[in-house]
Amino acid sequence: MATRIPVLKTYKLFIGGKFPRSESARYYQIKGPKGKLIANAARGSRKDIRDAVRSAREAWKPWADRSAYNRGQILYRIAEILEERRSVFVDEICAVTRSGRAAATTEVAKSVDRLIWYAGWADKYMQLFSTVNPVASPYWNFSYPDSTGVVGIVAPEEKSLLGLISKIAPAMASGNTCVVIASESAPLSSITFAEVLAASDVPSGVVNIITGFKAELTEPLARHMDVNAIDYSGRDEATIKALQEAGALNVKRVIIRRDPHGESWLDDSRAQSPYWISELTETKTAWHPVGV
Amino acid sequence: MSHSLGTCVVPMNAGVTMKRNGNGKTATARHLEIVEPRQLYFGEKWQYAPSPEKKDHVKLKKHYDLFIDGKFVPGKSGKTFPTINPATEETLAEIAYAEAADVDRAVTAARRAYDKVWRKMPGSERAKYVFRIARMIQEKARELAVLESMDGGKPIRESRDCDIPLAAAHFFYYAGWADKLDYAFPGRKARSIGVAGQVIPWNFPLLMAAWKIAPALASGNTVVLKPAETTPLTALHLAEIIQEADLPPGVVNIVTGDGTAGAAIVNHPNVDKIAFTGSTEVGKMIQRAIAGTNKRLTLELGGKSANIIFEDAPMDQAIEGIIDGIYFNQGHVCCAGSRLFVQESIAEIVERKLWDRMQNLRVGDPLDKNTDVGAINSKMQLNKICELVDAGVREGATKHQIECALPKKGYWFRPTFFTKVAQSHRIAQEEIFGPVLSVLTFRTPEEALERANNSPYGLAAGVWTDKGSKIFKIANRMRAGVIWANTYNQFDPSSPFGGYKESGFGREGGVHGLASYVELY
Amino acid sequence: MMHVTVDQVGVEERARKLSTRSIKTSSKREGIKLIISMIDLTTLEGKDSPGKIRAMCQKAIRPLPGNADVPSVAAVCVYPNLIREAKRCLAGTNIKIASVATGFPSGQYPLDIKLADVRDAVTMGADEIDMVIDRGAFLAGKYRKVADEIAKVKEACGPAHLKVILETAELETFDNIRKASWIAMESGADFIKTSTGKLKEAATLPITLVMLEALRDYWYETGKVIGMKPAGGIRTSKDALRYLVLVKETVGDTWLTPDLFRFGASTLTNDLLMQLAKEMTGNYQAAEYFTID
Repeated sequence: MATRIPVLKTYKLFIGGKFPRSESARYYQIKGPKGKLIANAARGSRKDIRDAVRSAREAWKPWADRSAYNRGQILYRIAEILEERRSVFVDEICAVTRSGRAAATTEVAKSVDRLIWYAGWADKYMQLFSTVNPVASPYWNFSYPDSTGVVGIVAPEEKSLLGLISKIAPAMASGNTCVVIASESAPLSSITFAEVLAASDVPSGVVNIITGFKAELTEPLARHMDVNAIDYSGRDEATIKALQEAGALNVKRVIIRRDPHGESWLDDSRAQSPYWISELTETKTAWHPVGV
Repeated sequence: MSHSLGTCVVPMNAGVTMKRNGNGKTATARHLEIVEPRQLYFGEKWQYAPSPEKKDHVKLKKHYDLFIDGKFVPGKSGKTFPTINPATEETLAEIAYAEAADVDRAVTAARRAYDKVWRKMPGSERAKYVFRIARMIQEKARELAVLESMDGGKPIRESRDCDIPLAAAHFFYYAGWADKLDYAFPGRKARSIGVAGQVIPWNFPLLMAAWKIAPALASGNTVVLKPAETTPLTALHLAEIIQEADLPPGVVNIVTGDGTAGAAIVNHPNVDKIAFTGSTEVGKMIQRAIAGTNKRLTLELGGKSANIIFEDAPMDQAIEGIIDGIYFNQGHVCCAGSRLFVQESIAEIVERKLWDRMQNLRVGDPLDKNTDVGAINSKMQLNKICELVDAGVREGATKHQIECALPKKGYWFRPTFFTKVAQSHRIAQEEIFGPVLSVLTFRTPEEALERANNSPYGLAAGVWTDKGSKIFKIANRMRAGVIWANTYNQFDPSSPFGGYKESGFGREGGVHGLASYVELY
Repeated sequence: MMHVTVDQVGVEERARKLSTRSIKTSSKREGIKLIISMIDLTTLEGKDSPGKIRAMCQKAIRPLPGNADVPSVAAVCVYPNLIREAKRCLAGTNIKIASVATGFPSGQYPLDIKLADVRDAVTMGADEIDMVIDRGAFLAGKYRKVADEIAKVKEACGPAHLKVILETAELETFDNIRKASWIAMESGADFIKTSTGKLKEAATLPITLVMLEALRDYWYETGKVIGMKPAGGIRTSKDALRYLVLVKETVGDTWLTPDLFRFGASTLTNDLLMQLAKEMTGNYQAAEYFTID
């Protein structure tokens, strides 16, 4: 019996709800632990970053204007689709990383649960972080969180699926849109996850995912004047300092997470928190007179 | 018709111009000056053809059993009672009649499920079950809506657009809390209470079941729920969903019956918490009955809510607010805006606009997609409404009731409002729970507040004004649990609902709703 | 009642609820025919030519050739230069000729030019004039200027009916729309009309609801009956039927006539005909069976 020749998948970028190749038409090779070529990944460029930020900005207001309930439902929908495709991700993680099958299975299951956790937060974080302030004059005074805008996310290198999701979900929950630089060494599951996003009622441009060399991509993202916050996970101190400096250009909110790291992405007490939502919001306070 | 503004229907033709008012004043006047009675003509020039919602996809059974320990079982006594379609007076199904022995079985199952499974399950896993229920309600939404309208008489438009989506949303919302309780009560540790006994009314059958079950499950309690005698069907279909969602047996038990079963739940020694929605009279009985026990109690009771319209209100939206406030769900709404307070300077135009607007209320077949006002839930309720309306007429208020054809069978009441109502009239004091509005007038905000608060109830209030500071002033001063500003009858799972004073205590909805189902350490 | 405010959330909610009315079978058939009889069949393009007008007038007279049960439209709406051609084509019919004037669509011309524009159109045979208000003046708070202009245009109209276009998208708020409606009615409008059709945003249900409520209040107050014309953006039967529902339930039967309610539309007609054919035959229709004129 003749062997069936498998069909290989082309991995591209995810920008504005579409899957374009890099504008630069460059690639880099993703190999398995034993050196076998798994796939070519798109090597994104600064122009891809530019396009992604433009999509994220366009998507931001309508996304932020959706009801919290609706954002929660969409996050939950992502979890449903991811649950259904678990085995795809397990295979992919096993092919690219040194993760064993059991560890990969755990990571994917945790990814689903984390999405559901944040789906629940979408219509609850506001009740946690809002206040009515008892000012000493006849005014009604209240404070509440508002999404900060376009968030640039640098995903962690390790736990490339769970880490990515753990960063995207809290950003999305409050109405931010994001441009994500995926794990450089293991980008494939990020792009496959983009396919899940595209099938989950997530509006185009809310999440944009760029693969490539972080050394090339991080700086244009951090220096982009239309990005409101940078959310970095990793321990490269030189990059951290560069991000913090670049942030000063337009007073970006710069979030640096050296922790969680490695296996601790699986630890709920370290890798998920409503404060991760709140850190990507602005507090707005309104005063209103009380009288007839 | 006994409308005080006159009954003249002006036949209108294009281009007809009527006489201006005497002083020749034009429209720059702040408010309408009515020259002579003029009434819009809402006739038959273009009619809506019947548009009945299809029933063929509804799996209605002839007989329904109790849902205990994950299974449908007959009542021990074997007795049943019919549930009736109030729009046709036809029997829809026979329902098992639960008595104390059945309640005992249900409580025992709930206790066992609590101790063995539910209290030990991690919140994140509990959440998944509750999310499943939410999703399955969404999937079966249309079937549930049709059932709700058949069993309770409410228009399909409301069950389809309001009851069912909100019920799903409640499960969805509270599912998310199941693994987040630590954040809801900062500095304290929240633990579940145990077995919750829940007794719900007939006005929003599935929605009330959702309000009760969702927070109870999310916070780790198990449930024995009794739906109202006249509207058990959607709760029993919810039981099917719960079974299909594979919830561990005993986590939710649904017993159908009347006050006998309700009393058995309230008095059962193994029930740790009672949640009741219904009349103030029964609420007081329950509060008395559990005195001396360790049972926690939340009550959501009656109301006679004030809807206050100021002269600077966005007027046409206020008219809609009045309509929604009192004619939504045939007025079977605990927070119905049944006392309308209108500033004297606009009373005449508000009454006129209200009257014209009411001509478009379509009363009839609840399953017709264009019906606005459906059937009164039961014969008993219809009698109560008629009695109070008669009292209103006898006490000297002026009755305005639209003239519309009613179906020959079923329980119906035409939308009605009263003017010349005094604060002391029964129709201004007692909860009618029907499509009947009492219109009172006031002169100043202070007077409005004083009179609106002059009630033993305190469930909700509406305030209509274009002036923000006035809204906050009224909101601050009203002794009521929910204040709607420039809107009425808004509900959302994230928003707490509940009353002051004799309208009950405890809140349902939002983070506040969790407090009713946890013990804090 | 000019100064009664409008709550945006409330009026949008009301329009949304009314749009859930279920219009089936006989009410759909009757409604569609009524709508066809209320159409101002419109072409307002730089490339309009006598040929185009001839074709459109044929459509106006007999929207569905071979079916006398389908009524003619109420009017054709054209630029002044094409009035004469339209008049030739429509001779002997009851179809009215409406012409835009007053420096349509911007209205940013001196008053005497606007008035000359109107007088010329009437002289050439326009039965109805669709004027635009000076939105710049309105938004600058010069309400008297807006009102005076409308009054002068009305005078220039002579026997012709005056429709006043508010261009609601540029007024933006419902409060403004109500105020502008009131000014127009006070100043002599026979109809108030939402839009020129030249902007992306045109007629919507909530805007039409606000304007119907304004003209109803004006009638309460004065007894004068004013007509209403939503224009632009109404492309499907489903949409148009929702407008009819608004009329039926806001102002009642009196207004359910081409004398008092019009649809300004260019592409709506064929969808109405397709839906009508569907109702008559039971089959969903394809666009290619309906003539494009």
